[in-house]
Amino acid sequence: MTRDILAALVPALPLAGALVNAAFRRSLKGNTAGLLATLMVAGSFVCGVLLFMGQEVVGAMHDVNMHQQDAHEGPAHVVKLFDWISVGGMDIPFAFRIDALSLTMVLIVTGIGSLIHLYSIGYMHDDERVATFFAQLNLFTFAMLLLVMGANFVITFIGWEGVGLCSYLLIGFWYKNPAYNYAARKAFVMNRIGDLGFVLALAWIFSVLGTLDYGEVMARASSIDTATVTGITLLLFVGAVGKSAQLPLFTWLPDAMAGPTPVSALIHAATMVTAGIFLLTRSSALFMFAPFTQDVVLYTGLVTSLLTASIGVFQNDIKKVLAYSTVSQLGLMFVALGAGAYSVAMFHVTTHAFFKALLFLGAGSVIHALGGEQDIRKMGGLKGTVKVTYVTFLIGTLAIAGIPGLSGFFSKDAILAAAYQEHPAIWVVSLLISLLTCFYMFRLLFLVFFGTYRGKAHPHESPLVMTLPLMVLAVLSIGGGLLNVPHIFGGHEAMKHYLSTAADGIRNERPELSATTEWTLMIITVALILLVILFAWNRFGKKATIDPEADELPFFQRLMARKWLIDELYAKLFERPYAWLSTQLDRTGERAVMVPLMMGPGGAANKAGQLLRRLQSGNTGFYLFGMVVGLIALLAWTLYNA
Amino acid sequence: MNEVITAIRAVPLEHYVVLSLILFSIGMAGVLFRRNTIILLMCIELMFNSVNLLLTAFSAHHGDPGGQVFVFFIMLVAAAEVTVGLAILVMMKRNVDSIDINQINRLRG
Amino acid sequence: MQYLFYLFAAISVISALFVVAARSPVNSVIALIVCFLSIAGHYILLNAQFLAAVHIIVYTGAIMVLFLFVIMLLNLNKQVEPRKSVVTRIAAVAAGGLFLLTLLGAVKDGIGLARPDEYDMAVGLVASVGNSLFTTFLVPFEISSVLFLSAIIGAVTLGKRDKADVNPVAP
Repeated sequence: MTRDILAALVPALPLAGALVNAAFRRSLKGNTAGLLATLMVAGSFVCGVLLFMGQEVVGAMHDVNMHQQDAHEGPAHVVKLFDWISVGGMDIPFAFRIDALSLTMVLIVTGIGSLIHLYSIGYMHDDERVATFFAQLNLFTFAMLLLVMGANFVITFIGWEGVGLCSYLLIGFWYKNPAYNYAARKAFVMNRIGDLGFVLALAWIFSVLGTLDYGEVMARASSIDTATVTGITLLLFVGAVGKSAQLPLFTWLPDAMAGPTPVSALIHAATMVTAGIFLLTRSSALFMFAPFTQDVVLYTGLVTSLLTASIGVFQNDIKKVLAYSTVSQLGLMFVALGAGAYSVAMFHVTTHAFFKALLFLGAGSVIHALGGEQDIRKMGGLKGTVKVTYVTFLIGTLAIAGIPGLSGFFSKDAILAAAYQEHPAIWVVSLLISLLTCFYMFRLLFLVFFGTYRGKAHPHESPLVMTLPLMVLAVLSIGGGLLNVPHIFGGHEAMKHYLSTAADGIRNERPELSATTEWTLMIITVALILLVILFAWNRFGKKATIDPEADELPFFQRLMARKWLIDELYAKLFERPYAWLSTQLDRTGERAVMVPLMMGPGGAANKAGQLLRRLQSGNTGFYLFGMVVGLIALLAWTLYNA
Repeated sequence: MNEVITAIRAVPLEHYVVLSLILFSIGMAGVLFRRNTIILLMCIELMFNSVNLLLTAFSAHHGDPGGQVFVFFIMLVAAAEVTVGLAILVMMKRNVDSIDINQINRLRG
Repeated sequence: MQYLFYLFAAISVISALFVVAARSPVNSVIALIVCFLSIAGHYILLNAQFLAAVHIIVYTGAIMVLFLFVIMLLNLNKQVEPRKSVVTRIAAVAAGGLFLLTLLGAVKDGIGLARPDEYDMAVGLVASVGNSLFTTFLVPFEISSVLFLSAIIGAVTLGKRDKADVNPVAP
C-alpha cells in the first residue's frame, strides 16, 4: 500500500510543482519558484529511493520463489491508478510498473533532475520568466517519469509526447528570438516523425497481441512470427531515432542548444534523449526475436556516432561540441543495443547522464562566468579564475574520454567489448569514435581553460547553488563505474543482474569474452587514448591553435566543419518542396475554394441585408402602406382557404 | 315591442356591413393618402367610427347589449388615444417643425 | 325607415370622402363632424339611444374640438401640405379598394339573425347599458379610469417644454 502511494507520488510531485509554478508565474520570484520546483523533484527522488530500498526486500523474498515463477515474468509491481480506456477488447489502465528498469530511470531522472533544478535557481536567476521556466521543467520531469514508469506502451507514449512538448517549450524558451523558435519547431517536427513510427508500432502490437501491457507483451513475445516482430521493432526503432537523435533525425539536437543550458543538460543529455534507449530495452523481449532490426539499430548507431564525432572536432561553440558529443555517445548506446548488450547500454545511459550533465552544467557555468559568451575562440586560461568549474569539467572530460578508474571507462569499455563480440571491424570503428571523442573533448578543455584569456569579459566563479551540483555530479562521474564493475576487475556486475529482472533481453545477453581478450582490448584502447590526449595537448594545450575558418580547410576537414552539409540537404530535399507545396495549396485550395466557401454565405447574407434595408426607409407612410398590404394579403388568403 | 324589432330589422344587416366597410376603406385610403398627421389621426377616427357602427348594428339586431357596451369602451379608448396622439403631434411639430409624416424618418435602417 | 337609412348613409360616405380629400385641415374637421353626426343618426335608427348621446358628446363635442384646438395652436390653417406622388395616391386608393372588395367577399354569404325569443327588448336603452356596464363589465370600467390617468400623464409629460429645446432630439 505504501508502495502504491510512493509510486503515485513520484510523478505527482513534479506535476504539482508545475501547476503551482504555472498558476502563480507572475507573482513568484525566481528563488521561490526554483526552490519549490527543486523540492518537488527532490521529493520524487526520495520516494524513488524508498521504492528502491523497498524493492530489495521484495526481490529477496522473490528470490526464494524464483524458480517457481514463470521464467519470463520478472518481479514487477504494477500500481494501477484507475481504469482509463476500457472499450471493446481494449483495456488500458492508467498504471505504473515498478521494476528494476523503471526504478533505475526514475532515480536517474529525479536525481540528476533535482541537481539541475538546483543549478537553474542560480543560472536563470535574472530571467524575467523564471517561474514559467521552472513550471515547464517540472512538467518535463513529470512527463519523463510517466514515460519510464508506465505499465503499458500507451502511458509511455503519453510521457513520450509530453517530453517532446516540453522540449519544444524549453528550447524556444527565449521565444523573442526567431532563430530559437525555428530550432524548437525543428526539434518538435523531427520528434513527431519518430512518434509516427511509435504509434504505428503500438497499433501493430495491439492488433497482433491484443494487449499493450508490458508484462503481457514480454510474456507472449515469442509467439509472434519473425516478419511481424521485425516490422514492429523497426517501427519502434523509428520512434527511438526521432527521440534519441540518430541518423537521419539528429539535426535537431545541435540546434536545440538554443535553449538555456540547464535545459540542454537535463533534456538533451541525461533524460529525454535516453528515452529511445529505454524504450528499446523495455521492448527487448521483442527485439530478441528480430535480428534484422538489431543489425539496423547497430549500423544506424555506428554511422551516426562516427559522423557526429567528426563534426564535433571542428565546432567552435562550447555547447555545440557537447551536443554533437551527445549524439555520438547515443550512437554508441545504440551500437550496444544492436549488439544485444542491453544492460551495457543502460549502464552507459547512467554514466553518460552523470558526466554529460556535468559537462553541460560546467559549460553553463563558464557561459555564466563570461556573461553569455559561448565561442571557445574567445575563451582560454580560465582554469585559474573558475576553479571549481575547471576541476569538475576536467573530471567530466576524463570520464567521457574513458580514462581508467572513472565511470566512463567501465561503460565505454563494455560497449567496445560488445562491439568486438559482434564483429571485430565494428570494434575498430567504435574505437575510432572513442578516440575522436577523446580528441574533441580535450580540445574543448584545453581551449577553454588553458592558455591565456582571449576575450573581453570579466570572468568570475559561479555561486554555490550552481557549483554544488557540479561537485555532486563530479563525484558520481568518478564513482559511477562502481555500479557495474565487470568480472575481470573482481566486480559482480551488479547493475546487469539488477536490470535482468526487468528485461528479457538482458537475461539472454551474450556470454562474456575471455579475460585475455578483454584485457588486450582494454590496453590497446587506453594506450591509444593517452596518445590522442598527448596530441591534443600539443596542438591545443601548449599553443591554443584555433582552426581556420571552414573555407580554408582541406576538403575532408571542410566537409566535417560544414556538418557534412546535412542541414542543407534536408533543406533542399524536404523544407523547400514542403514550403512550395504549402504555397500551392494556399493559392489553389485555400484562396480559391475555402475562403469563398466560408465568406460566401456571409457575403450573401450581407448583400441580402443591404437589399432588405431599403424596406426600413423610416417613412411612416410607407410602413402604413406595408401594413395594409399585409392585412389585405392575409385576409385574401384566409378567404381563399375558407 | 315587436314593432321596435321589426322597425330595426327593416334595414337588413348586410346594409350596415357594407356601409361600415365603405367607411373603413375610405378611412384607410385616407391614412395612406394624406401626409398631414392631423388628417391622418382623423382618418383613424373615421375607421374607429365605422367599427362602432357595425358593432352597434349587430348588437341591435341580435339583441345583445354587450356590443353597445363594447362600443362605449372603444369610445373611451379612442378619446385617450386622441389625447396622447395629439400630444405627440405637438411634440413632433416642436422637434422637426413640420407635421408631414414623411419627415419622421430617423429610424431609417 | 329605409329612406332615413339611405339618407344618413349617403351623408356619412360623402362627408368621409370630403375628410380625405379636403385641402384645409379645418375643412377636414368640419366634414368629420358632419360624418359623426350622421353616424349618430344611424345609432338612433338602431334604437341605441345611450350610444348616440355619448357619441355626440364625446366624439363631436370633445375630440373634434380638441382637434380644432391643436390646429389652431399649431397654426396649420395656412399651410398647404405637399401632395404625395401620383403613384402613391393611386396605390392608396387601390389598397383601400382592394380591402373593401376583400371584406365584401367575406360577407357575401349572408349573416345569421337571432331568433326573436332571445331578443332583449331593452337593448340600447340607457338602463340596459348601465346595467351591463356596472355588473358584467365592471372591471374594465374601473380599469378604464386608470387608462385615462395614464393618458393624462402621458399627454402632460409629452407636452412639456424642456429647457434645452434648442436641439430637436427625439426624446
